[in-house]
Amino acid sequence: MLIQFFIPSKLSSSVYNEITNWAQLIYAFALIVGVFGLVKYHLGRVSRKSDGWIYNLVTVVSLFLMAFLGFAFGRKDGGAFMWIFNYFQAPMQASVFSLLAFFVASAAYRGFQARNTEAVLLLLSAVFIMFGIASVGNSIPPFAEIANWILMNPSMTARRGIFIGVGLGTIAVSLRVILGVERTYLGKE
Amino acid sequence: MRSLLWFSVITLFLSPLVFGFGLRVADYPNDDGTRLVISWEKLPPPELEAADPDSYILERSTGSDGDFAPAAVISKLDPTLTTTDQDLNKDEKYYYRLSCTSEGIVWVSEPAGPYTPVENWYNTGRTNVLIGILLTGAMVGWFISQGKKGRSQYLRPIAGLLALDEAIGRATEMGKPILYSSGRGSMNRPASIASMNILGSVAEKVASYGTPLIFPNNDPVVTAVAQEVAREGYTKAGHADKYNSDNIYFVTDSQFGYAAAVDGIMMRERPATNLFFGTFEAESLILAETGNSIGAIQIAGTDSSIQMAFFIVACDYVLIGEELFAASGYLSGDPQVVGTLKGSDYLKIVIAILLVIGALLGLLNQTWFVNLFVTA
Repeated sequence: MLIQFFIPSKLSSSVYNEITNWAQLIYAFALIVGVFGLVKYHLGRVSRKSDGWIYNLVTVVSLFLMAFLGFAFGRKDGGAFMWIFNYFQAPMQASVFSLLAFFVASAAYRGFQARNTEAVLLLLSAVFIMFGIASVGNSIPPFAEIANWILMNPSMTARRGIFIGVGLGTIAVSLRVILGVERTYLGKE
Repeated sequence: MRSLLWFSVITLFLSPLVFGFGLRVADYPNDDGTRLVISWEKLPPPELEAADPDSYILERSTGSDGDFAPAAVISKLDPTLTTTDQDLNKDEKYYYRLSCTSEGIVWVSEPAGPYTPVENWYNTGRTNVLIGILLTGAMVGWFISQGKKGRSQYLRPIAGLLALDEAIGRATEMGKPILYSSGRGSMNRPASIASMNILGSVAEKVASYGTPLIFPNNDPVVTAVAQEVAREGYTKAGHADKYNSDNIYFVTDSQFGYAAAVDGIMMRERPATNLFFGTFEAESLILAETGNSIGAIQIAGTDSSIQMAFFIVACDYVLIGEELFAASGYLSGDPQVVGTLKGSDYLKIVIAILLVIGALLGLLNQTWFVNLFVTA
């Protein structure tokens, strides 16, 4: 992958594509192992009648039902598979995502309590940015300009500092993997 | 004679008028031999100044008098005066011309060519990256060799990692499990590799204390790796018998399905400690706030600056930036791993110096220094 970054030739890109195809194949087989583990775990809880075992049963039944519908009738629009996906799974995922709004509110309430000078600065920044980005505040010139200045200067400066740190950390991890200095992720010392 | 004259006039109007026109073709630099760059003079050409058509057709052929086929439509307003022809064959010769039909006259430029795209074996636009990697590698390699020689190297204390023992001890005292999550990253992400390295140390510690470690997973490959890493951690601690592979399991690869599953586990199992190390997206706050609501001590680390902000608000300790990648060296104390951390720390100083030089030269309107770091 590292060599491919510097060699733009067709041979280099075909080797890269071949390796990524193999990664996809490995992922597909690992998915089978993962699903096997999932079924084993949930069936184990059902057989032991652990707390909430009925939910484990729902998981296993849903898994096999979706697999059966997908293999037997395909994934065409209007089919049972897509009907369950559109009217069960998609709304449930949207519901979990929508929880984020409430969690943001509770986290903001805790985070913006003005306990000390830094917290007051954070609170003021948040007020300017929230008003500056919201449609009502955007029409008030100072809010929009101050919000933009905060985002483009102090906020961007801090983020770039983090990016540099993350970039260097990534290089360090990659070198440790390439040089074999650290093999914990392989299950070895 | 008269019929011949009429024939000539009709032929003149039916055949295209061929004009000299400055069409320039060049190889696309640093590519795999499938692109050519075509540039032209300002449009319209003198012959079409009166008609001034809005667009022209760039035509391509593999022979100067062969069949030209349209390759691109060019607007007269295109300020770049350049286009890139893609998906070419490096073994073919190509000719190009511009054509335009306006007010009954078919205008074509003289064919330019032949041109053949060149396959490049080294991207010269990335030499600066290569130099950077070699310098980094040399610096990290030097510190690793220092580590091998047994020279002690100081690492600044990281609050989040110092709190790890306290967090594991708290879960042990309360008789509750520890929940570990590596987020949504696959195994090819450095943050996931760093997370697995931390998991090794965490597994070793929890094995000594006999505290259950629950690790619901989002990626089947990460699940397999995590099971091996945890097993090794338990074995190293001398408690291989306490390892339970059922506690590290694949849940789903759906983002919010995973968030719902982990939230559910938190509400049912009530872990005393939540450890979030890896790649997180929008689910970060959902997980961290649920953990906060059950009163768990939470330590998080991610490579995403956006999600880091959410973790800072909702967690007790957060590893910022490269601290996530430094954690394994910090926890294991392996001098070679610590050497890589020292190397990246010194590189940070080098980057800070380069930033200051770039900023000062930028103020003096000297952009050549900044351009040294631009990649193709």
